[in-house]
Amino acid sequence: MDTGDTAWVMASAALVLLMTPGLAFFYGGMVRRKNILSVLMQCFFIMCLATVIWVVCGYSLAFAPSEGFWGGFGWAMLNGVGLEPYADYSATIPHQAFMVFQGMFAIITPALIIGAFAERMKFSSFVVFTTIWLVLVYSPVCHWVWGLGGFLRNMGALDFAGGAVVHINAGIAAIVTALMIGRRKNAEKHIPSPHNLPFVALGTGLLWFGWFGFNAGSALGANGLAVNAFVVTNTAAAAAGLSWAIIEWVRNGKPTLFGVASGAVAGLVAITPAAGFVNVSGALAIGLSVSLFCYLAAVIVKPLLKYDDALDAFGVHCVGGIWGAIATGLFATTTVNPAGADGLFYGNPGLVWIQIKAVLITVVYSGVATFLIYKLVDVLMGMRVSVKEEDVGLDLTQHHERAYTMLE
Amino acid sequence: MKLVIALIQPHKLPEVKKALFSAGVHKMTVTNALGCGQQKGYTETYRGVMMEVNLLKKVRLEIAVNDDFVQPTVEAIVRGARSGKIGDGKIFILDLGDCIRIRTGEKGKLAIG
Repeated sequence: MDTGDTAWVMASAALVLLMTPGLAFFYGGMVRRKNILSVLMQCFFIMCLATVIWVVCGYSLAFAPSEGFWGGFGWAMLNGVGLEPYADYSATIPHQAFMVFQGMFAIITPALIIGAFAERMKFSSFVVFTTIWLVLVYSPVCHWVWGLGGFLRNMGALDFAGGAVVHINAGIAAIVTALMIGRRKNAEKHIPSPHNLPFVALGTGLLWFGWFGFNAGSALGANGLAVNAFVVTNTAAAAAGLSWAIIEWVRNGKPTLFGVASGAVAGLVAITPAAGFVNVSGALAIGLSVSLFCYLAAVIVKPLLKYDDALDAFGVHCVGGIWGAIATGLFATTTVNPAGADGLFYGNPGLVWIQIKAVLITVVYSGVATFLIYKLVDVLMGMRVSVKEEDVGLDLTQHHERAYTMLE
Repeated sequence: MKLVIALIQPHKLPEVKKALFSAGVHKMTVTNALGCGQQKGYTETYRGVMMEVNLLKKVRLEIAVNDDFVQPTVEAIVRGARSGKIGDGKIFILDLGDCIRIRTGEKGKLAIG
């Protein structure tokens, strides 16, 4: 047991928790004023819901050792998950520190999907959908990549802090739900503009801050690897924010705050799987290039294909996540992390193929399972609010509250 | 000269604006408003305290027009704002005493156009 490691992982868990309120403001600023509370509520509700699911059975399903579909119920109610280290996951910190750190990832992943169906999903159906998704999609995918006996882990796929488990997984669920729930009313003719860009900036700041826990915390110790993850995370976010601004400067003549914020988040997404395996030049390359892909997806392809991924959960998280996973296969080097592998640019082209296979498996499983869960809940309870509720706004119709008053 | 004041559903504003533009009406003032009419209100709850709210959000349009534009303006507003349900809003038409363009000092019909 190492006190420094334990302290860092506990602090990191708290940092990752803060990302979800950060995401709430990042997304909340983008919706119309009549819907901001619904987005904040969905994020905060997931903090409660996912935490309870995680300690009851989620951690066990994801991390209990098993060669099967998931970890099973052996560690349900944290049975056997104690205050001594569990060496196969983290030899120097209490097992429960690892458990709670991982629990924060289970919170933010379903929260990312909210961006796709924002402004039109019924709250009760959202709760049921999220519960089933956490158990049947997040837990198994997490087990495959990180759990003892998970087949993607055994295959040698590299995912340092959750590119596939968190971002591709949530991003695919996002595009599936966006397509199934349909466009927001009138969104084709009048694309709703963000109601509070300062909130978007606030949320971006909190996400960037929390991401140090997400990536550097994934080293599971206060050590050199954590510092490498910290440095490359910051570098990639910065590079991507710059490159998004440059793209806008060239195309529209003016760089925007919204663009820099989107770029920074895209950079954070892309560096996530790579943070423990690449050096600073890899991080610069990943960060500078990811904005191109995400800009293409969110700004050019989305209007062409007319799907309404309202807040670009797919465009940023899935596209950025896939690029990050593939880029890990290009830029990974064992000089950073001897436990990792060398990528294409360090003489090992095989890693790219393993990374692509892991991406494809995540995409197919998450896509199909999300489709089935959505269909089930839609048939049972209906996913979409009525037209009138959508007109009035989700804050009033789903929660009996509103964010802003006009008169005292 | 008339002053047309319309109170409409907030989410109908884009459609009303579009209808007005296609009718050749490009000048208007738009403000947020609260009001109550036939439409029922809704319930808000804050920490368990239920409140019946009957002042609903509306959008208020003010458009000053010359007499020959009154009818097209009214028709455009109705076309854009009507859903057929209670709460679609109302239009008031008032006589307008005079109108002065501040920049040039023009008055009346010239100032409106």
